[in-house]
Amino acid sequence: MNLLIEAYRHPESIRHLGTTDWDLLVRQARHANLVGRLFLRLQSAGVEADIPERPHNHLLSGAVMASEQRHAIRREACFLREALKPAGITVILLKGAAYVAAGLPAAQGRLFSDVDILLPKERLGDAESALMLKGWASTATDDYDQRYYRRWMHELPAMRHVFRGSALDVHHTILPPTARLKPDARLLIEASVALPDLPGVHTLSLPDLILHSASHLFHEGEPDNLLRDLTDLDLLLRHLARDDAAWDGLLERAMQLQLSGPLRLALRYCHRLLGTPLPERIAARSHCLADTGIVQRMLDGIYARVLRPQHPSTADALTPLARRSLYIRAHWLRMPPLLLAYHLAHKAIFPPKQKTHPLSTEQQG
Amino acid sequence: MKIRDLSLAEFRARLGGDGIRLATGPFNCRLQSGIPELADELARLYAHHPLIDDKPFVDFHVGVQPGHGLRRWIAPQARFVVDAVEPFTPLPRGQALPMLEWGLNWCVTAYCHHILVIHAASVARGKHAAILPAPPGSGKSTLCAALVNRGWRLLSDELTLIRLDTGQIMGLARPVNLKNASIDIIRAYAPDAFLTRPILDTTKGTVALMAPTQASVETVGEWADPAWMVLPRYRAGSDATLTPMGSGAAFMQLADNAMNYHVLGARGFKAVGDIIDRTHNYSFEYSRLDDAIAVFDRLAAEGTAE
Repeated sequence: MNLLIEAYRHPESIRHLGTTDWDLLVRQARHANLVGRLFLRLQSAGVEADIPERPHNHLLSGAVMASEQRHAIRREACFLREALKPAGITVILLKGAAYVAAGLPAAQGRLFSDVDILLPKERLGDAESALMLKGWASTATDDYDQRYYRRWMHELPAMRHVFRGSALDVHHTILPPTARLKPDARLLIEASVALPDLPGVHTLSLPDLILHSASHLFHEGEPDNLLRDLTDLDLLLRHLARDDAAWDGLLERAMQLQLSGPLRLALRYCHRLLGTPLPERIAARSHCLADTGIVQRMLDGIYARVLRPQHPSTADALTPLARRSLYIRAHWLRMPPLLLAYHLAHKAIFPPKQKTHPLSTEQQG
Repeated sequence: MKIRDLSLAEFRARLGGDGIRLATGPFNCRLQSGIPELADELARLYAHHPLIDDKPFVDFHVGVQPGHGLRRWIAPQARFVVDAVEPFTPLPRGQALPMLEWGLNWCVTAYCHHILVIHAASVARGKHAAILPAPPGSGKSTLCAALVNRGWRLLSDELTLIRLDTGQIMGLARPVNLKNASIDIIRAYAPDAFLTRPILDTTKGTVALMAPTQASVETVGEWADPAWMVLPRYRAGSDATLTPMGSGAAFMQLADNAMNYHVLGARGFKAVGDIIDRTHNYSFEYSRLDDAIAVFDRLAAEGTAE
């Protein structure tokens, strides 16, 4: 039972929820990383007073957490600007950090764990040195991971600041160079826009933020944040739609960047699951609502399941298969077959360590 | 209905099945475990807590479960699970009970930002509460356990919850976490209190949990007003001495120990300031528990006289 999507799409429907429904709704929202965003959605729809006290406490807590992250991210962007200034490199923020710094609606209630930046590939070495001078250090543990990232990926191994503990992903493009789709990162960098209230910090342009989010969503093999990412896209698209002509610009930009495929899926699932408004001519031009072909039906079957809160209450008999298919599809799109076989074999023989940490009451969530 | 009204067999069956649903102060919890040997002590720790049977909203769905596969038999493990997620590295199976307690504390610090959560013990006499923030090893839990066995009511041993609207403390009345030497000290000081068997070799050393008193649990819904902030320090051989603390220093003590001070931003700053405006603030050195209790009782008598 997917209470989360229902509450998100139709906030007034929460008036009919019973106590056990609220219990489940909060749990689903937590698993989808959408606690804070759901709260703000219900609040702006004017139904906050209809949330019973206990679930209200949980949802509000999520929103409080997200609003404090906004300050942290803006501060982090300034540190990055100062670190990269000596190398003459502009900070271009991507994803969540960009939404927050640009004050986009997609920042609402957004929880995230790292800052993503984009810079030209030929400046990667200089940037890494400049960042290390200011306290960022690589977190990849073994040689295989270091080599894997540097040879095959579109980003450096994740970095972490030694004092602040903040995580950083440095990208030189938005998809792995081994992926079948090859968007030209120079076009993204050229079109990036300066932030008026954070001098020296840029973000991708709005259409490029949408296309990046779409390409990320449909190359991602781990389903945990997919629904959250889809709500990002919904909010970005609604923001873009303030200017009707921007829709056509978006489709053209997608063609230019070879990202029409991911955009088509993004429009399809945003419209179907979240009711994102879509002009008819755009639906027709992008064929995003067409129901043809076995491949499309298989994708629908997969995404119908992974674009749910990944909580036991929303799973069905095909969910495990959908999750596995997503993982394989993501890797298939990101690597040629031989490299994929080699990578999966390595990960099977040397499985990555579990990402858990010791239990301590002194440490904050 | 209270936990103590369940037979041990019934408690065990529920714990291993859909879970025990109980209220600890403002939070409803569902506790599940596939580790049957912890049922007996768990039932006694929570003997006086009310069961919530009519399927209401549950704040924390938590469990401790045995390890997977071979880890059931070889170096057996306990895994802390919160609603199908395992945020922590497993511990040895013998530590399942403290793991459940620490995991519940973690839930409060991770999920609750509608209140100020301070890493501190708090105890109350009537409506007046003393907050005891202190680093590990300061004797905070020992002092808290002693006070609770001499007429003070336990609000919380580990996490003090402050309402942002009224500044009142909401009690939890969950078990007190005693460490190392303080286990035997409290056994001798309060022979009637229920303590679990000592659990050796945890990250905090040897640990035993003490059940909250029945009176603490039954009055947990009565929120208390912060009246004193006392920073305790155990020093062998010392006399019980209260030293007034400036409000600036007291503010820093509370802010440093507030788990979500940064998350709350300006509201956290205001909440801590409001507490300090209302409390008399002291640092406190002690060695003998009876002397320490006498000092607290004197504070309480003065406080109610005002």
